[in-house]
Amino acid sequence: MSGSNPYQDDRGNKDRTITREGGAELGAHPGTGKVMATSEAFLVGDSMTGGYGKGPDILHDCTVAVNPGEIAVIVGPNGAGKSTAMKAVFGMLDLRQGSVRLDGEDITDLSPQARVVRGMGFVPQNSNIFTSLTVEENLEMGAFIRTDDFSGTMAQIYDLFPILKQKRNQAAGELSGGQRQQVAFGRALMTQPKVLMLDEPTAGVSPIVMDELFDRIIEVARTGIPILMVEQNARQALEIADKGYVLVQGANAYSGTGKELLADPEVRKSFLGG
Amino acid sequence: MSESVKNTLLFVIVAALIVITGIFQSWNTALFILNMGLISAIMSMGVNLQWGFAGLFNVGVMGFIALGGLAVVLISMPPVAEAWAAGGLRILLGLALGAATIVAAILTYNRMPPGRNRVLAMLVLLAVGFFVFRAVFDGGVQAVESVDPSATGYLGGMGLPVLLSWPVGGVLAAGAAWIIGKAALGLRSDYLAIATLGIAEIIIAVIKNEDWLARGVKNVSNLPRPVPDEVDLQNTPTFVDQVQAIGMDPVPASSLFVKLGYSVHFVVVLVIIFVLAQLALKSPWGRMMRAIRDNEVAAEAMGKDVTRRHLQVFILGSAVCGIGGAMMTTLDGQLTPGTYQPLRFTFLIWVMVIVGGSGNNLGAVLGGFLIWFLWVQVEPIGAFLMTVLTSGMADDNALKLHLIDSVAHMRLLTMGLILLLMLRFSPRGLIPEK
Amino acid sequence: MEFLNAIVALSNYVLIPAIAYGSQLSLGALGVTLIYGILRFSNFAHGDTMAFGTMVTILVTWWFQSMGISFGPLPTALLALPLGIVGCMALLLFTDRVVYRFYRAQKAKPVILVIVSMGVMFVLNGLVRFIIGTDDQRFADGERFIITAGDFKTMTGLDEGMAIKTTQGITVVVAVIAVALLFWFLNRTRTGKSMRAYSDNEDLALLSGINPERVVMYAWLIVAALATIAGVLYGLDKTFRPFVYFQLLLPVFAAAIVGGLGSPLGAIAGGFIIAFSEVMVTYAWKKVIVYLVPFESLEPSGLVQLLSTEYKFAVSFVILLIVLLFRPTGLFRGKSV
Repeated sequence: MSGSNPYQDDRGNKDRTITREGGAELGAHPGTGKVMATSEAFLVGDSMTGGYGKGPDILHDCTVAVNPGEIAVIVGPNGAGKSTAMKAVFGMLDLRQGSVRLDGEDITDLSPQARVVRGMGFVPQNSNIFTSLTVEENLEMGAFIRTDDFSGTMAQIYDLFPILKQKRNQAAGELSGGQRQQVAFGRALMTQPKVLMLDEPTAGVSPIVMDELFDRIIEVARTGIPILMVEQNARQALEIADKGYVLVQGANAYSGTGKELLADPEVRKSFLGG
Repeated sequence: MSESVKNTLLFVIVAALIVITGIFQSWNTALFILNMGLISAIMSMGVNLQWGFAGLFNVGVMGFIALGGLAVVLISMPPVAEAWAAGGLRILLGLALGAATIVAAILTYNRMPPGRNRVLAMLVLLAVGFFVFRAVFDGGVQAVESVDPSATGYLGGMGLPVLLSWPVGGVLAAGAAWIIGKAALGLRSDYLAIATLGIAEIIIAVIKNEDWLARGVKNVSNLPRPVPDEVDLQNTPTFVDQVQAIGMDPVPASSLFVKLGYSVHFVVVLVIIFVLAQLALKSPWGRMMRAIRDNEVAAEAMGKDVTRRHLQVFILGSAVCGIGGAMMTTLDGQLTPGTYQPLRFTFLIWVMVIVGGSGNNLGAVLGGFLIWFLWVQVEPIGAFLMTVLTSGMADDNALKLHLIDSVAHMRLLTMGLILLLMLRFSPRGLIPEK
Repeated sequence: MEFLNAIVALSNYVLIPAIAYGSQLSLGALGVTLIYGILRFSNFAHGDTMAFGTMVTILVTWWFQSMGISFGPLPTALLALPLGIVGCMALLLFTDRVVYRFYRAQKAKPVILVIVSMGVMFVLNGLVRFIIGTDDQRFADGERFIITAGDFKTMTGLDEGMAIKTTQGITVVVAVIAVALLFWFLNRTRTGKSMRAYSDNEDLALLSGINPERVVMYAWLIVAALATIAGVLYGLDKTFRPFVYFQLLLPVFAAAIVGGLGSPLGAIAGGFIIAFSEVMVTYAWKKVIVYLVPFESLEPSGLVQLLSTEYKFAVSFVILLIVLLFRPTGLFRGKSV
């Protein structure tokens, strides 16, 4: 046990009358030792190499980028580091090399919270809504950093996701899986982000709901917001993607437009099941 | 500085503190600190078993200590024949009926299909059982308590040797721990902390109010002792001759001799428990305990019955506290239920464990001695400080009087500060877990 | 007539005291549940926090009384209460700054914070005893009764009297106002909503730009207010004694857990459940039953008291166990603040 933080040693205690499970896991790990600039785009995670804490590198010289009006999709086999790449762009990873730039500005040294203020919207894969708050309160919390009147943005989001308007006084935790994802999108959009990042938005929903969610994502992209997302359902995701990145073992294996990747026999054979 | 040198040094420091007390205050005080230190070390080993090795949060230490004390009365006091004749059997019958009611209710719950009928049957059973229990029991209690209430008014004990009460105290505490553990461990989450907090208060309430059991707040004094009586010693010519030969007055010498007698007994128990605890922890059982603590999911996946292990270690730790409690009551020579307070008997033991080093038996022992020493000595030190601080004030100054009056409460403040400083700057304790 | 007498006796000895005690417990439990929701640990120092706030209020009350300030028929302590709250707030912010904040920065596990709160408990306990001593302090002044038993009898012509103490009335009124304010704050204000959000999902709250230190600060401030109010009401209604406040920890924890830790509504419900059971189980029912049985021969010979008052802890404990066995998350599934 030596070496580890003694304050984090709870000796396996799980007494829930005195302690509450969970807590923040979001760590800020900004900054890299080596800045890289190999490509230009609105949002670019450039030549990122790094991993969690002092552990082994998970990403190896990985680059992802997205431009306004585009949907960029990161796909790849399990354990390829897709979500890790996204977390790296968001500043939750210890990077040893590379840089992250938003709208030409280097944001590599910012914490995730500061990146939100700069205009990055992030929808985590799990627990991405406040389950005990109503739908409307979820959206309000999304706009917490805004000091201006956000009722216009909320109206836009209700237009985009009509079901949310209908259920706005219901606790978000009571909604179905697809509806919860819409709440999560809506919450992230309330900041009026310059870019939206989605971590596996269709994980665990039925195919019908998945199609509906993809439709919503396209609609959001049409409003001009660049979307960077990680997807498990590679084929469907690449179909709506303007840009696709196939990651293998933390490195870029293939990249191109969604159509190109779908047509690429190598990609088809290795990742799309023929 | 190697680890063993450091640990030895720590123990030498504590020993030196006690010796200094002996030289500058009195050897009586020093031996009192030593004896209570030995007992504290045992109690803190008990809590360390639970918290340090299994992560179980027991805040009902007081209850187990009190049960140990109760065992001393039940084992060593002579039985009160009149009380038994008056209503002893009736009380026993009442208790048996009460126990039977609870067992019947549990059986009903387990056997009947879920639904409203089951709940109803259980409630009716409990209600009827309760009133039958009270009807039988209350009469017995009244009869027993009216037998010479100023001297006895209780059933008395079994008149057995007092040393026997130490293991019995452990068994009583273990029994209570088994019931609490069964109810609180292994639910969807543990609810041990609040359960132990509550049960400790209940145990104290029972001992305070059930006069037929151990005279309640009227206290049972003059408990038999495992060592000779001072007055007897002073009347023993051989003893008097021997101490006079080394140039001591028989009266203080007898008192020291008696205290040393206790010390010898306590050291033996401490060594036995310490060796057993060390052996247990190095055994496969102990390794498994720590494996469960460090990664419960993995241990469960390997087919280890986590709840069962937790229950075992909880019972063992509580039993050790019970033994300590019995020893303490024996040393006091009386059972005084009114003095059991959670700050002193639950949370102070916790301070000992944290300061000594959670997860290390040696640390628990050191913490027991050190904190007990401070607990005793903070008051004179505080009084001294206050006198110095207020020396400039007039003797009838209200603030000065208040400050000097309040010195007694410095203890709690100091213990809190020690705990907070230790957690902040040395969270692993003086002798950390390896 | 007999039936009415029974109802009056029941109200006088059971309902009214239980409502007052329940309000006090609820306020205490709300404090515990808030800390549990926001800081993720059960605060063992809560009983002593209540004692500290009450002590400050008592000191201010004495000061007011010495200056001849009074509140007419109401106890002077009500005037002193705001200052007591401020004192308690200062204390809690201070302990947070010098004690708890360090562990938050270390991302310490909640159980470490529980042990830390034990240290704080010792210090507060010592501090309160140091300043005001261990004795009983009665500090209620003003009118003793809203309605006395005698007045009630002459008013209604019943045999049974019903007395309502001023402190009982004040307890209920103040508790209702405090709870209403709390719920308004949590459900209607931006800061309140952000506290609920933080309790619900810490990571997402951070992502939404909610400042955890602010949330924690507000939590301590609210807890200080609730603890002081609970403590002062309890002290007015009964008496102030540091050790009794320390012992309140058990029923207060029990109330919070029975209701579902982290749920404010649950804390209130839990407070009343515990209070009513305690009073009902330890009340000697003979007085009520005499009015209800038709023949004197059926009257009970004993007091018909289920358990003696000393066992009131057992009552909260047994209820707690029953709830935990059959509904481990509490009555109102504890989750959010």
